[in-house]
Amino acid sequence: MSEQDLPIQDSDWSGGELPYAVPSKKLGMWLFLISDSITFGAMLVAYVFLRVGSPSWPRPFQFVPSIVNATVMTFVLLSSSVTMVAAVEAAKNGRVAAAVRWLGATMLGGIIFDILHIREWLGLIHEGVRLFSNPWGTPIFGASFFGLTGLHMTHVTVGVIYLAFVAIGFGRGKYNADDVEVSGLYWHFVDLVWMFIFPLVYLISTRGH
Amino acid sequence: MDQETPHRADFSRMGWFLKVWGCLLILTAGEVYLAYEQLELHLMLVLLMGISLIKAGLIIAYFMHLRYERRSLFLTLVPALVFVLAMMVAFLPDSLRLQSMGLH
Repeated sequence: MSEQDLPIQDSDWSGGELPYAVPSKKLGMWLFLISDSITFGAMLVAYVFLRVGSPSWPRPFQFVPSIVNATVMTFVLLSSSVTMVAAVEAAKNGRVAAAVRWLGATMLGGIIFDILHIREWLGLIHEGVRLFSNPWGTPIFGASFFGLTGLHMTHVTVGVIYLAFVAIGFGRGKYNADDVEVSGLYWHFVDLVWMFIFPLVYLISTRGH
Repeated sequence: MDQETPHRADFSRMGWFLKVWGCLLILTAGEVYLAYEQLELHLMLVLLMGISLIKAGLIIAYFMHLRYERRSLFLTLVPALVFVLAMMVAFLPDSLRLQSMGLH
């Protein structure tokens, strides 16, 4: 190799062994999250299209309880991202017990989020919202609302199970700090998606504007 | 994005993460406040989406620490995603046409 070749060889794009300098499982998770973003993007765009374009879109979300409930859910999910960051931090510094505890706190946040969300679903179902009918207006409201928030709730639930596996595996020394970090990427992504669902589903359909 | 020391050195900074968390909470409070202002639906959409994009950027940059990865990872993942999402959003103005047909 001559001296002139070196700058090209040092480039990120030169086809070296680690062009991104990340573990392959982290790259795999990033690629999954990008494809998952497109899934959620399509559902969000469809939801907003129906919301804006439909006559008499139902607005069942009163400040109390719906908006307060959804704001608390947002707070819980954002806070669980911070405990997740703390878990990754502890794992990288070799504090195994602390990392497992923080992962437990993150899972608790996910479980609280799910409970609040299911409680809200049950309230809407009790008021008469079904997939293809509701007492107030455009029938598709139910399908689009339950479809979008249900897909997100599934992600949260899967995330809690995933974190449980990672916490147990990391505690037993089967997984390393990179695995904790990769599970963190997933968790933050679920948080990120909610940052779009919260305004697009709840805030633009508050009752009374 | 330092090419020599990719990211390991930047981890022990919980203070930064707590600041980002505070920003995210403040932006969320701002969104809830905006929801109760008397604004046009499409202006409301633009404002809420703008704030949400800032929040998403903060989460990706700091919590998912993409800011501390190599730039090549960012360039591989994000621009193509933004393009695809922008192509989807291109359909949205048609919903305003439906709205203006006066079905409401």
